[in-house]
Amino acid sequence: MIHIENLTKYYGDVCAVDQINFDIHKGEILGLLGPNGAGKTTTLRMLTGFIRPTSGSIRVKDYTIDEYDLEIKKLLGYLPESAPLYHDMLVYDYLDFVANIRGFERNKKLPRIHRLADLCGLSDVMHKSIGEISKGFKQRVGLAHAMMSDPEILVLDEPTSGLDPNQIAEIRGIIRQIGKKKTVILSTHILSEAEATCDRIVIINQGKIVADGSAENLKRSAGGKYLINISLQNADSDSVKRELEPIDGIIGIEPIEEGEILNVKLTCLSSADLRRDIYNKIKQTDWVLLELHRETKTLEKIFRELTKEN
Amino acid sequence: MRQVIHIFNKEFKAYFVSPIAYIVISVFLIVTGWFFFTTFFLYNQATLRNFFALLPTIFSFVVPAVTMRLFSEELNVGSYETLLTLPVTFQDVILGKFLAAVVFVAAMLIPTLAYPVAISFLGQLDWGPVLGGYVGALLLGAAFSAIGLFASSLTRNQIIAFILSMAICFSLTLIDNMLFFLPQPVLSLMQYMGTNFHFQNISKGILDSRDILYFLSISFVGLYGAHLALQEKN
Repeated sequence: MIHIENLTKYYGDVCAVDQINFDIHKGEILGLLGPNGAGKTTTLRMLTGFIRPTSGSIRVKDYTIDEYDLEIKKLLGYLPESAPLYHDMLVYDYLDFVANIRGFERNKKLPRIHRLADLCGLSDVMHKSIGEISKGFKQRVGLAHAMMSDPEILVLDEPTSGLDPNQIAEIRGIIRQIGKKKTVILSTHILSEAEATCDRIVIINQGKIVADGSAENLKRSAGGKYLINISLQNADSDSVKRELEPIDGIIGIEPIEEGEILNVKLTCLSSADLRRDIYNKIKQTDWVLLELHRETKTLEKIFRELTKEN
Repeated sequence: MRQVIHIFNKEFKAYFVSPIAYIVISVFLIVTGWFFFTTFFLYNQATLRNFFALLPTIFSFVVPAVTMRLFSEELNVGSYETLLTLPVTFQDVILGKFLAAVVFVAAMLIPTLAYPVAISFLGQLDWGPVLGGYVGALLLGAAFSAIGLFASSLTRNQIIAFILSMAICFSLTLIDNMLFFLPQPVLSLMQYMGTNFHFQNISKGILDSRDILYFLSISFVGLYGAHLALQEKN
């Protein structure tokens, strides 16, 4: 659906986006993840034709952005960061204006605006001016603006920033609902959001892609190590070290005594699942096993590792 | 072309939603009315020539106030991004906003039609120069609007946009009075550059194609400058 090749953007001497390559497929919800200033917004702005890339190409369907930006703009719905809108317009007037620009016929305009108002929960604020309504509502007006033409591709730049938890849940619900049929690209720096809404996550740092895949895949592939936590009774650190050390694949043992209970943190290579071996070993002793738990690396850890390096 | 009309509609409505329109129109009417009628009865002639002679100076203050928000506000709020990612081109946006400003200037001139009507009761008013004057006033308004639009596209600060366009418009108006200081060879060129030189012809009722061309070129240069400024922002 969207093909991005060697996309680069310089602001003066500063490189904001550096040779990015990726494809976005139809019906995918793609999350663009990265710390502040990583180049997320710049990438999205180039994709929507708002700024021109320094070099590289963007192709949406069969259109390239250099020659057919108008065609691409017709296919795209875009919600810029923090939904900048005309503050002195009424919500209804604004949506009417967008419908006009999107080329709606007179008799199809009103039903569409009504439907969007229902979908985005705007019915109560239609007659208020955009400058008066709360941030959450502004964000929803922006979402309605982006969805006006029922576009095939929806581009959302930090759609939930500055919203309260209830509103975030609502907006996520709307995005997931749209994502069933449409292609959605959203940027965020909230990891749980990307994990909850996106099929695929692309992590960018300093203008470069550092990871690309589903949340599951990212968790599995990163690091090469995982942790097993066990809690034992009737055991002491020395004997635990002695007994568990010979198991192949364990590269670190870290016992912490808490009164009667001994908690042990085992660092294992991710090449094999060692839970069975550890259990068998413990069975041969007279320790009491209270807990054995394999810790999957959270996305947050991966994110921090990937984006901290420099 | 359809997009131009939609943008024009939105911008023109926006003028009348905020108090700016009413303030600008009132100030314009008070200032022109005051300056025109304080001397009108001294001349004892039923003519609007003095009214039209005032316009270049007054427009250089009023039109920048009309145009200052057109792009500056959008750049400041960021709505420029939402607008330009809709299926519109730079030309659509610039022309839409320009037309809105010109029609607003026309709306500002409509109440002044009361002057010729009132004067026609006092004496024999020649309607030819009046008609020519209004055509000229519109051309002048268009040229200054284009300059204002250009200034507005340069900055996100409305006050800077206002001062900048006022400076340009005022210089163009004043060139005519400064010719005295200029060396002989550039004299006719500089005179040709001034708005007054062309506008005075029109306000006498002479519609010369050279004068019309002058105002159209200034408008074009202004709009093209705005286009370049916006393009440069990408």
